[in-house]
Formats: sequence, C-alpha cells, structure tokens
Amino acid sequence: MILELRNVSYRYRKGALALTDVSLSVDDGQSVGLVGESGSGKSTMVKLMLALAKPTSGEVLFEGQPITPSTLRRFRASVQTVFQDPYSSLDPRQNIESIVAEPLRSLGLARGDEAREMVAASLTSVGLPADALDRYPHEFSGGQRQRIAIARATVCHPRLLLADEPVSALDVTTRIQVIDLLAELRESAGLAILMVSHDLSAIAALCDTTVVLNAGRIVESGPTAEILISPREDYTRRLVESVPRLPAL
Amino acid sequence: MSLPAPLTAPLLSVSSLGVQTAAGRALLSDLSFDLAAGQRLGLIGESGSGKSLTSLAVTGLLGAGLSASGSVLLDGVQVVDAPERRLIPLRGRVASIVFQEPLTALDPLMRIGKQIAEPIARHRALRGTALRTAVAEALDEVSLSDARIARSYPYEISGGQRQRAAIAIALASRPQLLIADEPTTALDVTVQAQILQLLDGLVEARGMALLFISHDLAVVSAMTQDVLVMSKGVAVERGPIQQVITHPQHPYTAQLVGSARALDDMLGTR
Repeated sequence: MILELRNVSYRYRKGALALTDVSLSVDDGQSVGLVGESGSGKSTMVKLMLALAKPTSGEVLFEGQPITPSTLRRFRASVQTVFQDPYSSLDPRQNIESIVAEPLRSLGLARGDEAREMVAASLTSVGLPADALDRYPHEFSGGQRQRIAIARATVCHPRLLLADEPVSALDVTTRIQVIDLLAELRESAGLAILMVSHDLSAIAALCDTTVVLNAGRIVESGPTAEILISPREDYTRRLVESVPRLPAL
Repeated sequence: MSLPAPLTAPLLSVSSLGVQTAAGRALLSDLSFDLAAGQRLGLIGESGSGKSLTSLAVTGLLGAGLSASGSVLLDGVQVVDAPERRLIPLRGRVASIVFQEPLTALDPLMRIGKQIAEPIARHRALRGTALRTAVAEALDEVSLSDARIARSYPYEISGGQRQRAAIAIALASRPQLLIADEPTTALDVTVQAQILQLLDGLVEARGMALLFISHDLAVVSAMTQDVLVMSKGVAVERGPIQQVITHPQHPYTAQLVGSARALDDMLGTR
C-alpha cells in the first residue's frame, strides 16, 4: 500500500469537523477518483495525503508507516501532486527547465547533466518539445502548462500522483488530451493516480474506483462504473443526475 | 436565411461587428446575428473564441484599449462608438448581464439586499416600504427567501446563492434581453442544474430574449435550441443545436462536438 488514510478526522482551528472518520487507500497502479462538491472536504483530504497538515485524529500511513522526518524525503519523492490552475502553479519567473527540475533539486535526487536529461525525458513523456526547456510559462497555453505541471510532478518517477482538479480549468478539447496523457502515464509508468474532481466524466475516463465525499464523510465508494450507473446513495444519484448531458443522437 | 422578414426591428441586431486592440489586432471579426424579442440564442466556443467580448461589445462595455467596428443596434440604438450618455438608458432597461463569477460581479462591501434595491429604486422609482417589498419579491423570485440573505455580505453566502443574487440584480430593472455569460461555470454540478432551471423559468415567464454564452455544449443545449459556434473571433457555424451536434459543418465544430461527445459517453448511456 502506497498511501492510506485510516479513520482520519480533521478540524480547522475552532471550526466544525472538515473530515469525519475517513478511510481510503491507494496501491501501486490503482486509479482512484475522489468526487464531491465545494466544501465537501476534498482539498482538506489532499492536504492530509500530502502531509501538509496533520489529522486531528486517525492516521496517515505511507507504506504502512506513519510519516516521520526520516521518511519525509522518500515520501515526497514517491507522492507528487498536480494542482487545478496551471496559471498560478508555475512560477512565472523561472524557465521550464528550472520549474520541472524543482523536485530533483529540493529532494537532492539529481543535478547537472543528469538532472537536465531527466527533465528533458519528462517533458518528452508529456508530449512537449525539447526546446520548451528555455522558455517561460507565459509562452504556453493552459493545456501545455498543465503538461508542464505533470512533467514536474513525474520527473522524479513517483509511485503516486495526487491530481487536484487537474482538468477543471481547461477547455473540453484540452481536457480530453490531458486525461489521455494521465491515462498513458498510468499505463506506461505504472503510476497510481488519485484524482480529485467534481467532473464526473473526467473521473469516469480515468478512475477504476470512485469515492464520493459529502460534508466531510465518505458516503459511497466502489467501482466507478457501478457508482455512475447504479448509485446507492441519494447524494450520489443527485450528483450523477445533475451532470448536463448532450441531447441523444 | 430563408426566414420571412420580421414585422418589427429585432431587439438586438449585430452586423459585421469587429473588436480590435489599439495595436490593430482583430479579436473579433465580421460577426452578424439578430435576436428578436423573446428569442434565445446560444454562443458556444472555447477560451479566446470571442464569446465574452461579444457580450461586452453588445452592451458598450469594452475595456480601455479595445474598439468596436461595424454595427450593434440594441432596441434600435447604435451602440458602436456611442457616447456613454446614450448607453446608460440601454443598460438594465434593455439589456442586463449575468457574469461568470458572482464573487467579482457583486460589491463585496455592500449587503445583498442593498445591491438588489439599487437597480429597483433607479428603474422603478420605488422608495421606503414599497422598495423593501420589491426587494423581498425579487429575492423570492430567485428562491432566496431567507431574510438572512438580504442582510448578508457576498462572502457570507454560498456560490450558488451569490449567483442567484446576481440574477436578481440583473432582472431588477426588468430587461428585455438577458445576457448570461458562463453563468454556471464557477458552480458545482447540482447547483448548476438549479441555476439553469431558475434562469429557464424566469426567461420563459417574462418573455425575455436570452443570449446564453458557454463553452459547454450540454449546458447550452439545456437552455436554447439555436446556437452560434465561435472560434478565434469568428462565427464558424449557426443552426439548431440538434443539427450542430449531429451534423457539424465546420471542422472546429466537429472537434468541439467530438470532445463533448467523448466526455458524455464516458458517463454511459442513459
């Protein structure tokens, strides 16, 4: 098991519980979709899974063990993330080489020529030209920026990618291309993916299992096809029925 | 088009509309369409297609550095190059806009009730008790009946409630044309469904014309039968949505429909 949340609850300062008794695990090669609306606790869950916050109660386990200062570096190299908005997640003043090399630098994994080669390979794997290295984020479209963010997240060959609404800010055509890219990385690199999204079609396209979060609790989980076609919970049914559909052919 | 000429002038008549930057770059070119009173039209396209510029150009709200060419007749008044004093009577009374992001469209420092009262007071000349009653009715109409909402500031209510408030403000002046520019893009799916239903009902009940702007074919198809597809500042296709989806004529439309269909198919058949 790469990452596991065990009976996790979380409370922001004096507020109500943002997460209540949540359990979830991701293993190698798995793809899990985390679905829920604004305020359901999705982003809090991602924060806990990235060890950016500690649970109020319960445990976050990496390879079966609590994350400690001595395992933190290996954890960071194994679990990487892609954010929603590729316009705010890339430093506008760094060139692409420097941006993508960031995990290699900060985790002390590679430097010099070796780092440059890894960066170039990572850019190739996300379908960007090698001459992207010397350019800056503003020279790229939204979809290309999201590819750059994915290259940065995968340059150190992580086992798990936490993608927080990775396609929500993109146009439909670009959305499909980025979903295809994530599916391809999953196939070729055996990358496990946990994707947070309120977009059920993106979840359906990429995730084998789906977890539905409502008001800080997991209300339903199981194979994606089952959840979409025959949801057991009212909340899930309402979510599925609310998705606008094209007129039938 | 083979439609017979209408007996009266259309509410909105756009012909050869263009929008240029100060440097002379064309952002929107040669756009023409008519919208009769009570008619609905969907504008579809992706980022940068010129959809939002169209809504701003039509209401004379283009930002500094942008200029319009061609002709926009809104209730018979030429909007292109019109002085502000000629535009003011059109805004609200003839056309209102609901924007994508209610958090930036609403005044953060003014209570919701006051923001709705302002256009009602101006356009319907109400004061005192009559004004308070009208505000309550306006809130009722968008299903924000809870008295707490009127006293709230925008940050204190949810995104869906904020968009309902923005709709109430847009409708307060009783416009003949409602322009909805991606009104549900910032909202969750269940809230989106409620807002679309609300808009559909209000537009129907008041017999308003609707210009509905969205990148989402499925959302547009819930609101209008007639669509105009835009790409890179040019209208590439116009027709009934059913026809556009089943027999797209332009390669861009075909690509857009293909992507939307692919995402739709992932949810399985109904």
